Amino acid sequence: MDTSSSLTALAQAAFWITIGFTMTGACIAVFARNILYNVLGLALALTGVAGVYLFLGSLFIALMQLLIYVGAICIAIVFAIMLSRPLHLETPPRAMPKVVMAVAASAVFFVGLAGVALKTNWVPAIERSTDFSVVTIGHMFLTRYELVFEVISLVLLVAIIGAIITAGFSRRLSS
Amino acid sequence: MFGSDAFRLIIGLLLAFGFAQVNALFLVWLERKVAGHIQLRPGPMEVGPHGLLQTLCDGVKLIGKELIIPFKADTKLFLLAPVLVFGPVLMAFLVLPFGPTMIIRDMNVGVLLVFAFSTFTVLAILAGGWASNNKYALLGAIRSVAQNVAYEIPLLLSVMSVCLVVHSLSFGDIVQAQSKVWFIFIQPLAALIYLIAATAETNRAPFDIPEAESELIAGFHTEYSGMGFGLFFLAEYTNMFVVCAVATSLFLGGWQGPFGFSLMLPGIVWFMIKTYFLIFVIMWVRWTFPRVRFDQLMNFSWKVLIPLSLANLMLTAVALKLF
Repeated sequence: MDTSSSLTALAQAAFWITIGFTMTGACIAVFARNILYNVLGLALALTGVAGVYLFLGSLFIALMQLLIYVGAICIAIVFAIMLSRPLHLETPPRAMPKVVMAVAASAVFFVGLAGVALKTNWVPAIERSTDFSVVTIGHMFLTRYELVFEVISLVLLVAIIGAIITAGFSRRLSS
Repeated sequence: MFGSDAFRLIIGLLLAFGFAQVNALFLVWLERKVAGHIQLRPGPMEVGPHGLLQTLCDGVKLIGKELIIPFKADTKLFLLAPVLVFGPVLMAFLVLPFGPTMIIRDMNVGVLLVFAFSTFTVLAILAGGWASNNKYALLGAIRSVAQNVAYEIPLLLSVMSVCLVVHSLSFGDIVQAQSKVWFIFIQPLAALIYLIAATAETNRAPFDIPEAESELIAGFHTEYSGMGFGLFFLAEYTNMFVVCAVATSLFLGGWQGPFGFSLMLPGIVWFMIKTYFLIFVIMWVRWTFPRVRFDQLMNFSWKVLIPLSLANLMLTAVALKLF
């Protein structure tokens, strides 16, 4: 009994430390004025999210989170740094309209997510299923969640086309 | 239960930490010896038999040196980068199968774990190179990012074709599946692509453009002195051991002897022989081939390695479905 209660306390502590890392990373990603700090903060936040997945008991999802979000997304943003202004120059002050619009957009998103989270009738994971193996996740992706899976690839397609158009336009302008 | 499992992890990581030091000391010595003999000179000879203690002296010297932080450098990131580059590399040791029972934790997603944590290396190199406030360091860091993005794709695709054959991401299962025939005979193309991409991922010559001495002084770690530099070196050689150990487990049968003959040698001996042989091959390549140009490097990955590894993956999938 004693060990199990101390274990629960330890798990709780680990959970809140992970949340702390995630929030710190997110704040650095948003408030720092240096784009490299932003990227590293984002990497910290996404690693924290991987920690939450680990806490929820899915090592596979946690590792995929690291591989895709920290390994691919953050590195892709690093490429954007190469396209941006030299790092040693003074950063211009924040433009007020942009800040207002960003706050408004994230407020809408936050309200939407919070609404969904509060409205949903949460069932503990253990009562729904105990099988979170890689095989099950793969089967689910190609049966029940096939449509979602494909729509996500559509988002990527749009991103690729957008990148090509952006690069093509800037090249035509410079030549 | 929790206690024994956690102790196993902690002791395993401590052992891995110790092993990484000894391994780096040995590999630096080996590299200097290989370089020396390829260039018809003996290499280090003075300290210890055949200069074996030379790197120990160098290491002690590095620890004793002052850690110089450049003027106007970003101090926090500058000090964080060497730690960030070395820490995640150790995580790979959690799942490496040194022997039939000598594996700290045989996870069913072991292969993923190695590659998930290897992504931190790039971020650390970028942070270190940028924080140095030096144009050579920044150029080296940016080159490193571009190179790592390009070569991680063929690396993962070639690993995936092996995982498809075994139907598992666990190193234990993958090594078990090679008890009769090693996967280098079933997946020769994947093995070749893996070795090339792994050489590039560890920034080794002929793909060492992030630290190309003749162009960028020392690339991303130009401004590091003392143990800051030492940690980058330690990470590089530990990384080299990890990619070669993964190659051994994926393609060369891990701790098993060739074609089921163990020849009375214990598993760990086989594992070490194969891993250090691969490391020797990588060093051999470094001192044989000249450095590639940046455009050649990019073209080779995007136009040759990625299409080939994709085709290999598709062929593997079709063959598995048919037979």
